[in-house]
Amino acid sequence: MNNIRFIAPTDLHDEMLRLRQEEQMDFLECLTGMDWGEPDEKDAPDTPRGLGVIYHLESTVTGKRTVVRTASLNREHPELPTVSDIWKAADFNEREVYDYFGIIFIGHPDMRRLYLRNDWVGYPMRKDDDPEEENPLRMDNEETIDTTTELELNPDGTLKNKELKLFGEEEYVVNIGPQHPATHGVMRFRVSLEGEIIQKIDANCGYIHRGIEKMCESLTYPQTLALTDRLDYLGAHQNRHALCMCVEKAMGIEVSDRVKYIRTIMDELQRIDSHLLFYACLAMDLGALTAFFYGFRDREKILDIFEETCGGRLIMNYNTIGGVQADIHPNFVKRVKEFIPYLRGIIHEYHEVFTGNIIAQERLKGVGVLSREDAIAFGATGGTGRASGWACDVRKRIPYGVYDKVDFKEIVYNEGDSWARYMVRMDEIMESMRIIEQLIDNIPEGTYQEKMKPIIRVPEGCYYSAVEGSRGEFGVFIESHGDKTPYRVHFRSTGLPLVSTVDTISRGAKIADLIAIGGTLDYVVPDIDR
Amino acid sequence: MEIKKKPKIKSIPYEEFTDNETLEKLVKELNAGGANVALGVLDDFINWGRSNSLWPLTFATSCCGIEFMALGAARYDMARFGFEVARASPRQADMIMVCGTITNKMAPVLKRLYDQMADPKYVVAVGGCAVSGGPFKKSYHVVNGVDKFLPVDVYIPGCPPRPEAFYYGMMQLQRKVKIEKYFGGVNRKEKKQDE
Repeated sequence: MNNIRFIAPTDLHDEMLRLRQEEQMDFLECLTGMDWGEPDEKDAPDTPRGLGVIYHLESTVTGKRTVVRTASLNREHPELPTVSDIWKAADFNEREVYDYFGIIFIGHPDMRRLYLRNDWVGYPMRKDDDPEEENPLRMDNEETIDTTTELELNPDGTLKNKELKLFGEEEYVVNIGPQHPATHGVMRFRVSLEGEIIQKIDANCGYIHRGIEKMCESLTYPQTLALTDRLDYLGAHQNRHALCMCVEKAMGIEVSDRVKYIRTIMDELQRIDSHLLFYACLAMDLGALTAFFYGFRDREKILDIFEETCGGRLIMNYNTIGGVQADIHPNFVKRVKEFIPYLRGIIHEYHEVFTGNIIAQERLKGVGVLSREDAIAFGATGGTGRASGWACDVRKRIPYGVYDKVDFKEIVYNEGDSWARYMVRMDEIMESMRIIEQLIDNIPEGTYQEKMKPIIRVPEGCYYSAVEGSRGEFGVFIESHGDKTPYRVHFRSTGLPLVSTVDTISRGAKIADLIAIGGTLDYVVPDIDR
Repeated sequence: MEIKKKPKIKSIPYEEFTDNETLEKLVKELNAGGANVALGVLDDFINWGRSNSLWPLTFATSCCGIEFMALGAARYDMARFGFEVARASPRQADMIMVCGTITNKMAPVLKRLYDQMADPKYVVAVGGCAVSGGPFKKSYHVVNGVDKFLPVDVYIPGCPPRPEAFYYGMMQLQRKVKIEKYFGGVNRKEKKQDE
């Protein structure tokens, strides 16, 4: 609010274009829909009102970051210009905002709901909407529609409703999902085929949309933590780390070095865990079942370490605001130090059974190429971005925890194909082990939990902080109005940009390659749908 | 005649299972109409086979699905119990393990999957979300328990349940299968109604 520049909707598109071209703001990091309520007479002059959007922008050239916002006061027909022609990442994100708030983006080529059913009534994230009242559980099957709408602005200021076809009558459309073993959860793709060649993909999300962001608005800050673990359950520590960091930053709490060390080690263990599971699942999807057992065999060892300290195997609930739930177990250091040489000694098996396999190589190399420009435009961070030659690691860009004290390499490949995405993750396992090795012997003494007040109130303002999750940048945006519950929480999903790239990179590939592409993009669906 | 049924699970005595009352009540209900001796013995034989080859549908929406995968892997190895043949098609599955949150958008899809399965079929609700909505109970888009629209046979609580809990739940399902009448029951004690 205080530090966010306001741009009127009429100037938005030109200003954004200027930012993109002159200041080289090529990475749309986060796009958040907002409902600031109706104007009130008692408002201070700069109080934000209306339905609007906050844009977090970053330049990959200069590293400069900026935040702008816009809003429309019309609650009946809120209309904002689209920026999806400037950043491809805005495509899905604006659909999400339309779904949540009913803001119509003029010029957006695909104004459909992203998560909720087509026949959903109302816009759930609006403060005055009661979604449950008008939307009982509907057990009839959802009608799939083949058309979408685009709103165009006529020169005289009126709006024109243009109907666009997603799939034509003559197109051969195959439905994949939501219940399909290779979509990694309940993702649904509608694929238009010409023989075996993919012509177009329409991704349907929302089958595991749990409304976490709306729920957070009625929970106290410590309560919201529990939901982050369940977003991307293979990055549970990191997600929770991001939210804790955001609240700590807002309240000006400095955690002890011990906490920073523990959190960093846990994040890296989680990354190894996630990448091992990535390896196992990718191999299984491509038909290599032996490799699946290898990955899970070693993953269990990490889960044992987690379980001893945190009490949970998959969902740990470990980080808290101002520290961690409990001190590390006396065995923790010993077991981690046993595990790392073990994995180093055994990882050659992975490469022997899968990496060196000619079938695996043929199915991954040159398949689903994502160019560097597209990776940045879509905001596809994490291993996917780094496989396309974009050095996007948050650990290097904005160091947090103790990443500034450790020496590690940012793995970057330039090919951008499925093979590069696979190799990035295999190499990252080795780098994560290096990070842990540097830290594990030096965990400083100190308190594991800062003293906190029983009721946590975050000072008024907007806060954003990000961590490098297992599969990309995981960001948390909080707007607080000084209450004990947040006014708005938005999670920058790591998976949504990855799914939005699927259509672009799969075109021209074979239908069987879609499995390799989906596997190497490595998205987790509950994190996309939230 | 009445067939005494105490389902046997290897290495675990009957008394160590909780909720035996439900099972006994079920046996009583099934036996209310009497049982054919020959068919009763054949029933036992078929149920022995059925209970040791319960094929699950690979159905997972969220976190619990990862633990379900861990069951399939080497340490927990569900092949020991005959559950390892996870089928991707509902036509070939015996039971559906609802692993994860079921949202309003997913509910009709899940119902459809259930309808596509061949009888006899079972539903296991795994994890807090499938049992009652779990941590997302208050959400506008989450079904508070799959028992709102599916007949659930076994509930496995946890968030997510440990693999051991999965097994306990699966053994309870095996016990339930073992006491069933596969050939159906003609109630021989009931008097024919005059038409």
